[in-house]
Amino acid sequence: MSALSDNLVTFAILAYLVAMIGHAVEYALGNARTRVATAAPVRELVGAGGGVVPTPPAPVKSSPTDDRPARRARLAGLIGVGATAVAALLHLAALVTRGLAADRMPWGNMYEFVLTVTFIGVAAWLVVLWKRPSLRKLGLFLTLVMVLLVATAELVLYVPIVPLVPALNSYWFIIHVSTIVFASGIFLLGVVPAVGFLMRSGYEQGKRSFPYILAKRLPGAVGLERLTFALHAFAFPIFTFAVIAGAIWAEAAWGRPWGWDPKETWAFISWVVYAGYLHARATPSVKRNVATWIAVLGFLTMLMNLFGVNIFFTGLHSYGGLD
Amino acid sequence: MTAVDDRPETVAPAPRRRPNRLLALLRNSWRQLTSMRTALILLFLLAIAAIPGSVLPQRGISPEKVNEYFVDHPDLAPRLDRIGAFEVFGSVWFSAIYLLLFTSLIGCITPRLRDHFRALRSRPPAAPKRMARLPQHTVLPAPPGGVAAIAEVLRKRRWRVEVRGDEVSAEKGYLKETGNLLFHTSLIAVLIGVALGSWYGWSGNRLLVAGADNAFCNTRQQYAEAKLGPRVDSADLPRFCLRLDDFQARFLPSGQPEFFNATVTVDGPDEPTRSADFSVNSPLRLGDASVYLLGHGYAPVIRYTDRFGNSQLSDEPFLTTGDMGLTSEGLAAFPDANVDPATGARAPDQQMAFTGIYLPTAPEQAPFVRSQYPTERNPVLNLVAYRGNLGLDAGIPGSVYQLDQRQVRTGKVKEVGTKLLRKGETWKLDDGSTVEFLGTERYVTLSVRHDPGATPLLISCAALLVGLMGSLFGRRRRVFFRVVPGDPGEGSPTSGSSLMEVGGLPRTDYPGFADEFTQLVAAVNGAERPEAEATERAGVREGAE
Repeated sequence: MSALSDNLVTFAILAYLVAMIGHAVEYALGNARTRVATAAPVRELVGAGGGVVPTPPAPVKSSPTDDRPARRARLAGLIGVGATAVAALLHLAALVTRGLAADRMPWGNMYEFVLTVTFIGVAAWLVVLWKRPSLRKLGLFLTLVMVLLVATAELVLYVPIVPLVPALNSYWFIIHVSTIVFASGIFLLGVVPAVGFLMRSGYEQGKRSFPYILAKRLPGAVGLERLTFALHAFAFPIFTFAVIAGAIWAEAAWGRPWGWDPKETWAFISWVVYAGYLHARATPSVKRNVATWIAVLGFLTMLMNLFGVNIFFTGLHSYGGLD
Repeated sequence: MTAVDDRPETVAPAPRRRPNRLLALLRNSWRQLTSMRTALILLFLLAIAAIPGSVLPQRGISPEKVNEYFVDHPDLAPRLDRIGAFEVFGSVWFSAIYLLLFTSLIGCITPRLRDHFRALRSRPPAAPKRMARLPQHTVLPAPPGGVAAIAEVLRKRRWRVEVRGDEVSAEKGYLKETGNLLFHTSLIAVLIGVALGSWYGWSGNRLLVAGADNAFCNTRQQYAEAKLGPRVDSADLPRFCLRLDDFQARFLPSGQPEFFNATVTVDGPDEPTRSADFSVNSPLRLGDASVYLLGHGYAPVIRYTDRFGNSQLSDEPFLTTGDMGLTSEGLAAFPDANVDPATGARAPDQQMAFTGIYLPTAPEQAPFVRSQYPTERNPVLNLVAYRGNLGLDAGIPGSVYQLDQRQVRTGKVKEVGTKLLRKGETWKLDDGSTVEFLGTERYVTLSVRHDPGATPLLISCAALLVGLMGSLFGRRRRVFFRVVPGDPGEGSPTSGSSLMEVGGLPRTDYPGFADEFTQLVAAVNGAERPEAEATERAGVREGAE
């Protein structure tokens, strides 16, 4: 069962890679589509201007040939989405088999934690995509993040299955860790439209240098920003609850609700930064891209809490499983 | 989090009347402090100020690591210490940031509390003259019931409704601001809870070795370290005694712990003597104190018989060194050794001490320095014997777990031998005295605490969460209906009957308002006009035309 789980993770990574390639192909072929889009009005214009000129049949013939790359791009994008869905299923299966093999929730160490957070991220992404199919092109960035994180988990963080240490053996484990995982997954997804917005809003302001040009074919900045906020507003109360649940558990396990353990300190920092984002977002005088930068900063503090604190600091939350 | 929407962005324009300059300065500073920009900056300062608390060792968490840091960085450490870097969360600058932040918060929410309280009791405002300017606007035939019917539909949908003549104003979503204010007020309550805990709370840590002779009672002197809040006196500590009867631990083959349980006998003046179990995630709750199990280890029982034949026992706990196999180090000191029974004279230079390494599971061959498993599969005690003046009478506070190295350096204590002992083995020293390794007792590391702020903290956290949800997901919005007589001149299908003009205004960022507005208008329009009647009327009119 444990080996099956490991294999499923590998297959999931491959499926994410396929999805990423699908989205990338759509991105690349998107050039052709934009050309069609700009070319078409020109032809109409010519037709309208030279009203008397009998309309040549050429545009009618050429339009399906010009359309083909666009259709191909769309197909590639849909393949990307399909592969993401398949990857998500494999990912879920990997988690379930891991949990069955360990006979507990698969959140006992960093490897399992990252695996679950990324799954939540991708599942939430599929939900978002189902509601707003127009955001499909964000999939390129999302699958990139997935490939990076899941591969990191597999290659660097992997540990064999062991039961929980007594300190983790409590029902608060399920309450605290599941909510932390869930909120982290949504924050992880939230950073994708946030970065997308930062690039896209620069692009819409006429910037054409390196990072901005990537946003050429992203959905509109306003929609990205709105999605960023919706995801963060959804995740923040869950994160708050998770931290409170952690405090209640810490009172039972360690005798104090809050003790400025490195993990607690960084959770506090993340909380403060995300609270800053929500305040900045709600303040009209703060520019939206300043606010969004704060959200990205918040995600960096989450990453620091996951990787930095587990690897560099020793504290009571030392369950990473890496020695 | 709309707390924010109405915060003054910048300093308000100076009043026309020339005010007292000091007052103006104060007022401007206050406005600056309570502005959103300042609040955001303070939030970020707070986040940044917390970082050193995770990077540098903190006295409150691991004082021994702070000492190590002093040893490793003799130049840097005192300088860092001067700015409070080893006590970040109690430092002046950290406190200054959060106190300013909370002042700013109070300055912001106090007027908003007042405003919201008023808003809760006030009626929705009158409809604007030109409703077409509102973000949502439509004109439809009015329901036959007129204003009353419109108000009825709105009330059913839990809008706050005010009817003024032929106008209906309605508002909904007060919960957003209520939640917002609840959230921010709860933050203050959280701070108060923490303060209560630190003023009226107390805690103590100690090791407790199993056995009746090692029982301890809850007094300040019996703790290795005790922290009493400024409002707590030693006499306030609840009276009870604890005796460790048994400690069970289970480990995986890898040595990873799987299960702990401590059985103690509790004895207090207020309660009958009883036996109780507790473990890592379920502390022992004793009224005004909770006992937490933090760690465990072994206390080797060593019997020393001096050259006069006097025996003494030591079961001092050996401290674990942090490895998986519970390799432990410790000291067995016998300051009263070699007292001449005939004269009763103490011999200060004939005191005995043994430093040792205890390996619960020693490897098959030397070196015997690292235990391989946490349970006692092959217990070995590696002792070094010292004789001389241990320096215990000098009045200099020293560790009970370590031999005073000054005495060794100055030659007042001399090493007399090294020996590996298994359980039950005896070692005969050069002067004819013997030392015997009898076995081990378990010990546990306990933290005994009382935090009267915990319950207020929990309640304020719950309120905080509820408020947060309200403030994030609540949406304040207004709708206005005005019933106007239809213009008979235009010949529209509705001519002759009255029309209603509807406007909607979302007061917060609310992308879905258009949909809600459409649904609401449809409900008002359809409520008092069943479909059949409507078509019939329309048919009649068509026929008439």
